[in-house]
Amino acid sequence: MLQMSFVQRVVIWLTVAVGLALALPNTFYTRVEQHNDAVAALEMGVPNSPELAADAAGWPSFLPSALVNLGLDLRGGAHLLAEVEVEDVYGGRMDALWPSVRDVLRDARDTVGTVRRQNAPDGMLRVRISQPEGMAEAVRLVRTLATPVVSLTGAGTTDIEVSSTGDTLTIQLTDAEKLATNDRTMQQSLEIIRRRVDEVGTREPTIQRQGERRILIQVPGIGSAEELKSLIGTTAKLTFHPVVSVTGDPDTRPGPRNIIHPDIDEPGTFYILEQTPVVTGEELTDAQPAFDQNGQPSVTFRFNPAGARKFGLYTADNVGSPFAVVLDEQVITAPRINEAITGGSGQITGNFTVESSTELAVLLRAGALPAEMTFLEERTIGPELGQDSIDAGQIACIVAFAAVLVFMFLSYGLFGIFANIALIINVGLIFGLLSLIGATLTLPGIAGIVLTIGMAVDANVLIFERIREELKTAKGPARAIELGYEKALSAILDANITTFITAVILFIMGSGPVRGFSITLGLGILTSVFTAIYVTRIMIVMWYERKRPKTIEV
Amino acid sequence: MRLKLVPSETSWDFFGRAKWTLGLSVLLIFVGFASFLIQGLNYGIDFRGGTTIRTESAQPVDVAAYRDALAALELGDISITEVFDPTFEDDQNVAMIRIEAQEGDESVTAATVRSIQDAMATVDPDMTFPSVESVGPKVSGELVRTAAIAVVLAIAAVLVYIWLRFEWQFAVGAVAALVHDVILTLGVFSELQIKFDLAIIAALLTIVGYSLNDTVVVFDRVRENLRKYKQKDLKDVLNLSINETLSRTFMTSVTTLLALFSLFVLGGDVIRGFVFAMIWGVIVGTYSSIFVASAILLFLGVKRDWSKPDPGSVGNQFGNIDA
Repeated sequence: MLQMSFVQRVVIWLTVAVGLALALPNTFYTRVEQHNDAVAALEMGVPNSPELAADAAGWPSFLPSALVNLGLDLRGGAHLLAEVEVEDVYGGRMDALWPSVRDVLRDARDTVGTVRRQNAPDGMLRVRISQPEGMAEAVRLVRTLATPVVSLTGAGTTDIEVSSTGDTLTIQLTDAEKLATNDRTMQQSLEIIRRRVDEVGTREPTIQRQGERRILIQVPGIGSAEELKSLIGTTAKLTFHPVVSVTGDPDTRPGPRNIIHPDIDEPGTFYILEQTPVVTGEELTDAQPAFDQNGQPSVTFRFNPAGARKFGLYTADNVGSPFAVVLDEQVITAPRINEAITGGSGQITGNFTVESSTELAVLLRAGALPAEMTFLEERTIGPELGQDSIDAGQIACIVAFAAVLVFMFLSYGLFGIFANIALIINVGLIFGLLSLIGATLTLPGIAGIVLTIGMAVDANVLIFERIREELKTAKGPARAIELGYEKALSAILDANITTFITAVILFIMGSGPVRGFSITLGLGILTSVFTAIYVTRIMIVMWYERKRPKTIEV
Repeated sequence: MRLKLVPSETSWDFFGRAKWTLGLSVLLIFVGFASFLIQGLNYGIDFRGGTTIRTESAQPVDVAAYRDALAALELGDISITEVFDPTFEDDQNVAMIRIEAQEGDESVTAATVRSIQDAMATVDPDMTFPSVESVGPKVSGELVRTAAIAVVLAIAAVLVYIWLRFEWQFAVGAVAALVHDVILTLGVFSELQIKFDLAIIAALLTIVGYSLNDTVVVFDRVRENLRKYKQKDLKDVLNLSINETLSRTFMTSVTTLLALFSLFVLGGDVIRGFVFAMIWGVIVGTYSSIFVASAILLFLGVKRDWSKPDPGSVGNQFGNIDA
């Protein structure tokens, strides 16, 4: 007959209690958020103040404090999808390899003759030797420079590929090494973007790798995608080059192993520089916005010991000649070296504003991006629009809820009330689970919840309709209720499993809003099956045990 | 007294005019598909790249003035639509400006967006821009592809699941109903030229899920009744099963529609297209589980003799798991 063991009852009510406790913080969203922020600030070592203490005390610490994250469409903020030009890195790898190749071949000068680097496409190193007969030996020597690729898929392969035609030796990265390099580039880019976003200190940014070479960046609360883009889109590659000459013609041939870069402030002025920098931004340890002796905004920086030594040696040898400070292929300034700079620190002056010098300092501190990025998708959602959406969503949810509750009561009477209580618990459980897994609630997510409200009743409707049918065959109420649950089960499971399959596919294939929707839909299915099968049942069983009705009406 | 949407006992004949109802479905599919081919969908920027800017102003929206202000920028095809919504305040006049993807740019440049905002400021200096969204042509192509794959995968997964749980005839019926629903939804979006974006794909897949839910409930009862009434004609069994589940079908559709309608009216304009797709899908999905899925099952016929296992059929082996 209608029976449920004590253990079953405890487990069901406990699950409900835990779920609802997890959902509880969301009903006091602002207060809990302030509490969380205050606690985080105190842990970070921010000195305690009455406001912080009050915020932290605003929510008891023994209660769960995880909240559902609000998506950008609800909170406002900026969204960017960037593609990293991973090939950019290959050229640098080749430049770094060149000195070793030169040295190893120079040691074998008797067989290979003189060695000269040729111009080659990016990611390829071409070397001409004067004695083609020694090519086999040259290839062998260069191959000794190869190192095994460190990656799971690339095991057993080396990082460079050496081939020769006539008197020219060609070196390029192997495919396995390219993959491993791409992976490193992506990791570095992610790390640097994270550091830059953290520097401006916004709440809960999402910085995720997507696929092979894309990065998704979502920052709530930032004014616009443009602002975010200027923060993370700048490569911020800082280099110091010896100046060869200054020209007004951008088409001047810079000569071998030289480069030509425009002046950032004076259009029509171009600098011809040696391609190999003396020092780079990678050797910086610190950068701060400052003012120069004329009161103009500037950026001061400090080199690490290796960089300081190189810079000191170079400036000592070249007093009187100009050198250029280059940022992302533009010359910021090209002062003359007045004396050896040995302290390891310096100052960049240029045409800065206070904002731009602050931004440059942030970028230099966080480090340069290893490669450039193109932006494939940009979205800015204003906070007012987000608030409007929340308000509209809330009202819609309440109305939908009320309509379904009334309708269920009118249709099923007391049993309808049981279903309604289960429905309220169901929505609580969805929020509890969303908070637990730290999911993000988006506008389509709200729609998913509303849809779940509509569909959650379905399982109960199936059961109640079945009980009605079983009652017609006059088996007594207890038996009818039991049969109702039993026979409706296969339909409930089949129906929900199929919907769950689509939710899973949506989650795997979808991105952004679609994914948010699939999460709430999927969780909604799980909780609604639980509440419909177990929670309503336990309520009906408890009611039946107390009342022992001879007849029931469903 | 209980509220009853359908009488407790019904014995309506759902297949008396099967030719008519199936014919109507085929006709609608044809119209929907033709409209989809000829007129195409009104793709949002998610699918064809470009930029949308939402403007908000205290003054009434003057589409012609907006257009004049933007004409000088030579941005190619621009569409300007005013947005109406009951949740807006009186002095809240909203419009959406859509610009096609610019030649050579992956996403629209900051300079372009600013020039548009400056141009709009000449119409109303106090205008605000609550959202700016820009999608490059590269991503949008991929979005279309993954969306199509998602829909096809969902349908395929469902086909397999129903085949395992029931018989292949059921699976064919259910999938025919799904395809019917998807095409009719695409058709209505094409016919009314409602903006078709990523969220609509989510809606489409939900419709797939919902329609299936409905079909599976009917089929579950058919399976049960086929075992119970071994001698009864298939048509009678189908009619009986649909009649028995009719009350549930209506209850569930009505509760879902109640929830969706409140979202449609009160949920704001941002998700209205999405909710519209769902409402349409619930109606069409309910219709199709009776008049398409079951009708096809009737035409295909089902193996009735459950005592002898069919050596060629895999479908049976999970079919007897009750739960």
